[in-house]
Amino acid sequence: MSAAYRERDDAMISRREFIQAGAAAAAIFGASGFGDWARLAAQQRLSEDDLLGVEPFGNVTLVHLTDIHGQLMPVHFREPSVNIGVGENAGLPPHVTGAEFLKLFDIEPGSPWAHALSSEDFVALAKAYGKMGGADRIAAVLKRIRAERPEATLFLDGGDTWQGSYTSLMTKGADMVEVMNAMTPDAMTGHWEFTYGDEHVKELVEALAYPFLAANIFDNEWDEPVFEAVKTIERGGAKIAVIGQAFPYTPIANPRWMFPNWSFGIREEEIARHVEEARSGGADAVILLSHNGFDVDRKLASRVNGIDVILTGHTHDALPAPVMVGSTALIASGSNGKFVSRIDLDTGEGKVRDIRHRLIPIFSDVITPDPDMTALVKKVREPYAAELARELGRTDSLLYRRGNLNGTWDDLICDALIEVREADIALSPGFRWGTSLMPGQAITVEDLHNACAMTYPEAYRSTMSGKLIKDILEDVADNLFNVDPYYQQGGDMVRVGGLGYTIDIGAEIGSRINDMTLLKSGEAIDPARDYIVAGWASINENVEGPPIWEVVETYLAAKGTVSVKPNRSVVIQS
Amino acid sequence: MTFTRREAFGLGAGAAVFLATGLRLDPAVAAAEDAMKSVMDFAGGQEPAAGKVTLSAPEIAENGNTVPISVSVDSPMTADDYVASVMIVAAGNPRPGVATFKFSPMSGVAEASTRMRLAKTQKVIAVAKMNSGAVFMDSKEVKVTIGGCGG
Repeated sequence: MSAAYRERDDAMISRREFIQAGAAAAAIFGASGFGDWARLAAQQRLSEDDLLGVEPFGNVTLVHLTDIHGQLMPVHFREPSVNIGVGENAGLPPHVTGAEFLKLFDIEPGSPWAHALSSEDFVALAKAYGKMGGADRIAAVLKRIRAERPEATLFLDGGDTWQGSYTSLMTKGADMVEVMNAMTPDAMTGHWEFTYGDEHVKELVEALAYPFLAANIFDNEWDEPVFEAVKTIERGGAKIAVIGQAFPYTPIANPRWMFPNWSFGIREEEIARHVEEARSGGADAVILLSHNGFDVDRKLASRVNGIDVILTGHTHDALPAPVMVGSTALIASGSNGKFVSRIDLDTGEGKVRDIRHRLIPIFSDVITPDPDMTALVKKVREPYAAELARELGRTDSLLYRRGNLNGTWDDLICDALIEVREADIALSPGFRWGTSLMPGQAITVEDLHNACAMTYPEAYRSTMSGKLIKDILEDVADNLFNVDPYYQQGGDMVRVGGLGYTIDIGAEIGSRINDMTLLKSGEAIDPARDYIVAGWASINENVEGPPIWEVVETYLAAKGTVSVKPNRSVVIQS
Repeated sequence: MTFTRREAFGLGAGAAVFLATGLRLDPAVAAAEDAMKSVMDFAGGQEPAAGKVTLSAPEIAENGNTVPISVSVDSPMTADDYVASVMIVAAGNPRPGVATFKFSPMSGVAEASTRMRLAKTQKVIAVAKMNSGAVFMDSKEVKVTIGGCGG
């Protein structure tokens, strides 16, 4: 395939030109003779107006941005090709991927929408349509909506905003606070924010020009709320109640010792109480700004009445249409700055009469950046510019993370852990953040940090019995594939290196993981034998080891160019 | 150094308990039998009905060593009609009995909270006995997990 890509590269001078001239592009793709992109012929011209233009509707506009994970610049982010739903959610969006996703939403393969929302033909289409996101593009979209809908726009940030990049790590989230303050959301909630530690989170919340809402965080000694739960905001002549819901399993998925006095949880009854209070207090619309994850919110919507819109987050799903649960609209706005959702509400007299929704893809080559924000982003990145651009190696293959079972970024990280830390087996957490890197690109400090910038990066090396390794895999699999969404934590499967296994997704905990094999010998994993295991991002305190980015840097320095083969060692049992 | 679960991913003290229970012969079966026996003893041999009792507990424990739970019973709490006692049972613990709360009409409301240690993922059961002798039950699955890979 690489030859075909190269051919297209030569033919393509400017991505913007490409997008503006669909017919010419179709000729190029058509000539390649494989893949779905030949159908680009059906493409229309794509302009900023096409992306943003919308007939104004109702009296209030919500703008939702979530899970941008510190990404201030446009990025590539490959959506998952494997995203399996279980139980009642099997086969329902967002658990539909690739060609099936395109079919479900009637999206033309090879179109800009197909690229933004699916993993199909990712590399080819990424070259065609360019990067997505960027704070200055998002700011431009926001400005335009606010100008169209003065005094009627609510901008809401779903959290996972302050973590995920080199600069957010170096500034402990201050870069993101400065940028977001300039965009002034009306409220936010959080998750990875808490991994800067309780004290620092409180300082950053103090520095916010808007409220940090979390109805589900309580002091675990006195059971008192730590943050405000609800903010009622008047817009367009209506009273809008916004309830914030932080990621319920932060103390389980992330290091509890960083915020030892805070207890989280779904706390459905708290949300129900706030909804009732908002309704009886005269709210026209009730919005849940949520970091629960999509399936948790879908279940919540079926059990708690009176929420008009749930702005979902955490699981990084992007859906071009709302999912309705009764009269509650669930909105999924993607991640990494790739999208913002615009939701127009016709609301008054204590109810939402109707809504219009538009998922806006932030194609960085189509949307004209907001110059003030371009300058601000440049300013916050300036002190780190040289380090951000420092090249560590190159990749011949696409590096991506997102997907239930594995991704090439983590395969690379696991390879590095095995080689540099001299281990039999490597474990890399199933985070859903982490941007994609195109084949033929240099791997810079910035790129590497986009896959691992966090506050507990120590790469441990230790021995674990075969039984313990299986227990870990079973435990994580149950957090991902439990049939009850309230028991799901919303991450992906822990990634493994040096180890193969099959997974029976529909089985019970303890029976999902089978055929565990040590790849270097081809032998079955012995439950009683000890293996040398290297990993990172342990949630324990006082973990010893170099930060993971040092391990990967050492590996890249030795290799020069890496080529990561698709992982065929983790197999879904059907 | 040998890694335990706890050192690897931080199950917390629940891990230690889990390992300790492993020393018993088939502890899950023994504990479940103990739990059912104590529920039936408390209920005076009758099958508890659903309703009236609401048990609140986290779906997934943040710390298996100290899991907050609360229980409330729908009752007018008058001299004629009140909740006499509520028993909490952790069906998967080596000793399933957690607490029994006694109430009287003077209590005003039948509500109580406590914190409990959970050895592993299991069902927590609340059984309420009315002054009439009627018995009601609620239960909730509380998961104790290794954690650490979400996000």
